[in-house]
Amino acid sequence: MKVLVPVKRVIDSNVKARVKPDQTGVDLANVKMSMNPFCEIAVEEAVRMKEKGVADEIVAVSIGPVQAQETIRTALAMGADRGVLIQTDTDVEPLEVAKLLKAVIEQEAPGLVLMGKQAIDGDNNAVGQMLAALLDWPQATFASKVEVSGQTVKVTREVDGGLQTLELDLPAVVTADLRLNEPRYASLPNIMKAKKKPIDVKAPADYGVDVAGHLKVLKVTEPPKRTAGVKVENAAELVAKLKTEAGVL
Amino acid sequence: MALDTETRDQLIEAVRRFVAERLRPIEAQVAENDLVPDDVVAEMRDLGLFGLSIPEAYGGLGLSMEEECLVAIELGRTSPAFRSVIGTNVGIGSQGLVMFGTDEQKAKWLPGVASGEIVTSFALTEPEAGSDSASVQTRARRDGDVYVLDGAKRYITNANKAGLFTVMARTDPDKKGAAGVSAFLVPGDLPGLSVGKPEKKMGQQGAHICDVIFEGVRVPAENRLGAEGEGFKVAMQVLDRGRLHISAVCVGVAERLIRDAVAYASERKQFGQTLASFQLIQAMIADSKTEALAAKALLLDSARKRDAGETVTLEAAATKLFASEMVGRVADRAVQIFGGAGYVADYGIERLYRDVRIFRIYEGTSQIQQLVVARETIKRGG
Repeated sequence: MKVLVPVKRVIDSNVKARVKPDQTGVDLANVKMSMNPFCEIAVEEAVRMKEKGVADEIVAVSIGPVQAQETIRTALAMGADRGVLIQTDTDVEPLEVAKLLKAVIEQEAPGLVLMGKQAIDGDNNAVGQMLAALLDWPQATFASKVEVSGQTVKVTREVDGGLQTLELDLPAVVTADLRLNEPRYASLPNIMKAKKKPIDVKAPADYGVDVAGHLKVLKVTEPPKRTAGVKVENAAELVAKLKTEAGVL
Repeated sequence: MALDTETRDQLIEAVRRFVAERLRPIEAQVAENDLVPDDVVAEMRDLGLFGLSIPEAYGGLGLSMEEECLVAIELGRTSPAFRSVIGTNVGIGSQGLVMFGTDEQKAKWLPGVASGEIVTSFALTEPEAGSDSASVQTRARRDGDVYVLDGAKRYITNANKAGLFTVMARTDPDKKGAAGVSAFLVPGDLPGLSVGKPEKKMGQQGAHICDVIFEGVRVPAENRLGAEGEGFKVAMQVLDRGRLHISAVCVGVAERLIRDAVAYASERKQFGQTLASFQLIQAMIADSKTEALAAKALLLDSARKRDAGETVTLEAAATKLFASEMVGRVADRAVQIFGGAGYVADYGIERLYRDVRIFRIYEGTSQIQQLVVARETIKRGG
């Protein structure tokens, strides 16, 4: 079975994001970028499927600037077989991402699409769902366990108040949650070997998708700064403040 | 083969992340237990760290000297005891074999060395032969198609884990000094070879050094590295490379200490201000940063010269002299900036202060480096 894994290049999760002074977006100049952690989990799951013999080929797909090749290389170093980069400097919106992925999937015909449930930059949590709808494929989101057997896949989902288990016919779209697995460190020899694995570079126009988008960002602001607390002398004062100032009693 | 920038950056980034996420959190535990846990060693093996300098044909990464130094700087950002786990396989334990081994010797040993299945050790120092390394007394007597080794080696890093020793022994007792010394590949399981208990040391707990005793150890003649009498040449070339590697670790530890000291100085308040706002503290930060930058520049320049095929005996000695003394001063200032907290074990600064002391001693003391630098400079006429 061929597994297709979309991967996104995002601001590194350890970097403190700063808003641009003109409030048009997050400042990405000279900021460390990495693979979205949820995408990393999806890649890891695909590699484990390949190691178990369930999958025989893993294709990593990224949509983004030329540097997104590095993100694909990371997936190749972890164990993906080849990559497709749809190169664009536009910040592509979820619906257009889904349309582009649909076009790639129609060419590649994978048995399973494994992807992160969301990217940590926009936190949209939309592409997986949109993609399944466009393809008219079954979907299982927020997976914490994925077991493929024959022509079906059993997915355990983390839902409010417990776990839900779904069985889907393949092909299907599955989105990975945090606890699906702990991604491996790509070994140094594999990082070197990844250089020799092929990456196809395409443009959105090759798939006939217009990436202009429909949404307009009006303003991006920093979260409100936390102000310093106050010290109270005794319990009576605390209760008084909770009543009068905090209004919780 | 030099890597392209993108692959090199990914390699460095992978090591940096491993060091930050897996090694740094257990520094204190490793020092306390005097042991790097087996599962962490296994992770280092999986990552491919044991094969950094082993040619790709034998399963290693075949990094250039400059690339190896960049990786060693990253490994320097945590307790040097971790680096020591792989240090002998990357450096002194394997490089004699890489540089002087026959194809048969390489094919037999290097794949295991690159994967980390075989830990290697370099046995030169003896009770009576430290800085005067050409005076080794361990004997290798030819007996048909074997050499019989007798003698004792001292302070041998990783000896208690080694599957293969590169041993310097005297094949010709009539030739005093370097000319009578040959190098041998000695498997750790040969009868007559025994390893003493790990020494108690000032720092770098988790890394071990032991005596190695040879009592009638019969080593096949095919295990000789290079020709008879070439042992010292092997040792010196191995040490040139090793000195640059150690210097890189010194730079890494220095950068770590500066970072820790700056973080502390920016938080800690005295007289109503952060320590970092006091000029006397700033002077220490400036001196440490300047010296660390200078050492790094010298290191990378020397490594590039070696990669270009130049003989770097002078540069390697000068780099190790400067980098090891530099990290000693940086560690001392870090303790000073931390003040009482620098002397208390909880912050780990005093531990690194002790850890770096050895860099001025092993693989050639600072005084030996001075002699090498002076000798080579005079030889070159300036």
